[in-house]
Amino acid sequence: MDRIQCRDKQITLLSNLFGQPNQLTVPAIFLYGHTATGKSLVLNSLLANAKLPHVLVNCVECYSQRFLYEHILNVLHSGSETVLETSQLIKCDNMNDFVRLLKQEMISKGLEKQTLYIVLDKAERLRDMEQNILPAFLRLQELTGLNICMILMSEIVWEKYRFGTGFCDPLVIHFPDYSKDELVQIICSEVPEGYPEGFYNMYVNLVLSIFHYACRNLKELKHLVILNFKTYVQPITSGDATIGDTKKLWKHIEPHLKKALHTLYLREVSSTQWERYQEEMETSENVALQGISHRSHVDLPFYSKYLLIAAYLASYNPAKSDKKFFAKNSGKINKRLKLNQAKRKERTSNHMLGPKPFPLDRLMAIFYSIVEGRVAPTANIFMQITSLVSLHFLGHATGEDQIEQPKYKCLVSLDFIKAVSRTVNFEVSRYLYDFA
Amino acid sequence: MGKAKKQRQDSEDEDVVLLTQTWLRTKLCQTSLPTEIHGLSKERRELLELIKRTAISGESNSVLVVGARGCGKSMLIKSVLEELTHETTVRENLLQVHLNGLLQTDDKVALKEITRQLQLENTIGDKVFGSFAETLQFLLEALKSGSQTSKPILFVVEEFDLFAFHRNQTLLYNLFDISQSAQTPICVLGVTCRLDVVELLEKRVKSRFSHRQLHLFTSLTFEEYQQLFVSVLSLGPDFPDQKHASQWNKSMQALSRDASVVDVLKKQYEMSRDVRSLKQLMMYPVCQLCGDHKWLAAGDFQDAMQISATDSKAAMLHGVSILELCLIISMKHLNDIYDGEPFNFEMVYKEYQKFAQRRSSMQVFDKPVVLKAFEHLIALELVRPLESTGGTRVQKEYRLMSLLVHPSQVLTALQKYPNCPTEISQWASCSLAV
Repeated sequence: MDRIQCRDKQITLLSNLFGQPNQLTVPAIFLYGHTATGKSLVLNSLLANAKLPHVLVNCVECYSQRFLYEHILNVLHSGSETVLETSQLIKCDNMNDFVRLLKQEMISKGLEKQTLYIVLDKAERLRDMEQNILPAFLRLQELTGLNICMILMSEIVWEKYRFGTGFCDPLVIHFPDYSKDELVQIICSEVPEGYPEGFYNMYVNLVLSIFHYACRNLKELKHLVILNFKTYVQPITSGDATIGDTKKLWKHIEPHLKKALHTLYLREVSSTQWERYQEEMETSENVALQGISHRSHVDLPFYSKYLLIAAYLASYNPAKSDKKFFAKNSGKINKRLKLNQAKRKERTSNHMLGPKPFPLDRLMAIFYSIVEGRVAPTANIFMQITSLVSLHFLGHATGEDQIEQPKYKCLVSLDFIKAVSRTVNFEVSRYLYDFA
Repeated sequence: MGKAKKQRQDSEDEDVVLLTQTWLRTKLCQTSLPTEIHGLSKERRELLELIKRTAISGESNSVLVVGARGCGKSMLIKSVLEELTHETTVRENLLQVHLNGLLQTDDKVALKEITRQLQLENTIGDKVFGSFAETLQFLLEALKSGSQTSKPILFVVEEFDLFAFHRNQTLLYNLFDISQSAQTPICVLGVTCRLDVVELLEKRVKSRFSHRQLHLFTSLTFEEYQQLFVSVLSLGPDFPDQKHASQWNKSMQALSRDASVVDVLKKQYEMSRDVRSLKQLMMYPVCQLCGDHKWLAAGDFQDAMQISATDSKAAMLHGVSILELCLIISMKHLNDIYDGEPFNFEMVYKEYQKFAQRRSSMQVFDKPVVLKAFEHLIALELVRPLESTGGTRVQKEYRLMSLLVHPSQVLTALQKYPNCPTEISQWASCSLAV
């Protein structure tokens, strides 16, 4: 219990509410707070320390009501998470049976005098299940007539749970976020061996100064602190600096941390890759680090590339401008368009509003005008369009029938289409309304 | 010697405090049966008469008890049934079936539950045999074969409105039908919080319902509310240590007149008048009782009020990072400028960039980092996608979103935000001056 830092207030509040095992308690408690604010930690250690009878349920795992009920009953029955023999498993598929079996189970275990705690983690998932589950759980004390306390944990505020004709509101308890000092204190509680506490403290402060602006998640920060520590002490191990040389160490680590913010924090490279990369950095400079997003190059067939480019142009250009870009003799219209140019600038560009749907005819028209040589509209071409859809490069737009007059949207980014057009020597930005 | 005596005294005190706490906790939780009823004597009498008539003279009835959440519907019924069990003629004569719309989610389950509770012959132990059609036929035959002289049954149907959503309302139709014809005398007692519940019923079901409704409204004045506060927190005559009980009750009387407690009660009273929320408010102070803290203090109630009255969204906004806060401010500005039109990530990012580049002191983040922050806001449900059809239709940058935080909430959150840079709070307050 004393391992837990900065949560004294919440611990006393909860343990007061729990009281003695034989006392009745509030029917339901709702704990909310950001990720990694110690909700599960506090609760689980409170329940485990006092050896209170409890069942932990993760609502992501138990995604249907049947799994939920059977999990609770079976854990209660066997007294642990271990799997029972299949013949002994309790079967239960509706709330009515659950309440009945729960009563039986508690009485047979001699728990009718003690409070049973049922902890539902990720409780926001309960909203997606059958409508009767949440209100019934909140009333479980009344429905079973037994000493039961439901505890819900979530990141979402309680107001978003209400629906229908309402139900018994639980006691809502907020777990506040850790302040910067508290974060430092918690991370510093585990100092790596061989380094003084003050030194590590300074390092953690450095990391936080870079990351705290964008991220307050304790887990994520801790992970980054541990991962980058090796690089931080590298000048010391190699003998270039001493522990006191804070400035030198800072100079050494700062670019690394900035890079880590863009690559590691976004999981573009995995942690092991990052570690390997840092090792290689020691031996040779300039090791190219390619993340997931840099590998967005996809090899497509020739016509598919042109189809995709045509789809992109159709999605991001207004239909009116097609004549200007793709018609053979466009001299006359150009003048009028120039007049409109001032007006056009005021409007938000299409690259901010996202792709517009376009009909198949327009796609084919643009395709034929940009592709070199004669291409017959064979079944292959249409096959390629559908395969682009199944690759999620194109998406079906809503409405209308899918065979007669299908509409599509282009779902790839500008960088991607630029890369694709470069491979076929087509300059896509010349044909884009926003850039032309 | 004196020391030992004092220690014994202390431990005795602690025992009494613990006993008090246990006593009060039992009173405050859901399972307990409250004894006193405030201002519902007329309804109570009516209900009592009705059930008695069914139980003794074999009259078939149906009634709906309607009232807001926490106004004492179940309590009223429980206390009526409790009183009826004291009369031997009723107790021996009346069978009870309790149904709840939350538990019996369809008619099949409800039928099994009815046969189980009536312990008919197709049940062994607590197992019920036969298919839905068989059970229904069996049950109907059993009920129809009875006459005025057979044992009356009381059906208490809680969350009655949920039964109206069952397919064809078969169960309700059959129950009301039996109550209308000369078969086994039954009394259907529906409990619901929907005022328009009769409109939910099908025409044939509605016509068989007796249209007798009992409306329960909480008509507590503030003085009565204060009285309620005292009576819930006082120790009853069957508390083992009567000396302590009278002392305690006196202190509760004094506490109810304490200015700050009155203040808390007034706030709660203005928010809602139901008894349940008051009980929840009292739970926290009661739980605080311990050896060092033997009497309830006004401060406890203020603390409890504070816990229950925190603005949860503001509390969540307090914990987001500065980058996420910047995004929320951008969205607020977009809402102000475009008059509540939905926006997408690209617009928000552009708005953010406009601000961040103007301030040289600010760290400008890459698009992916900002997107991650944006997605965190979606996960916290501070921002909601307009259509929840999933990601395949449009890239996530272009999904249309709407902000679920009120502009005033943003501004108040900014004031409480720890170490908020001044430029951000300035930017937040002026949306158009860019």
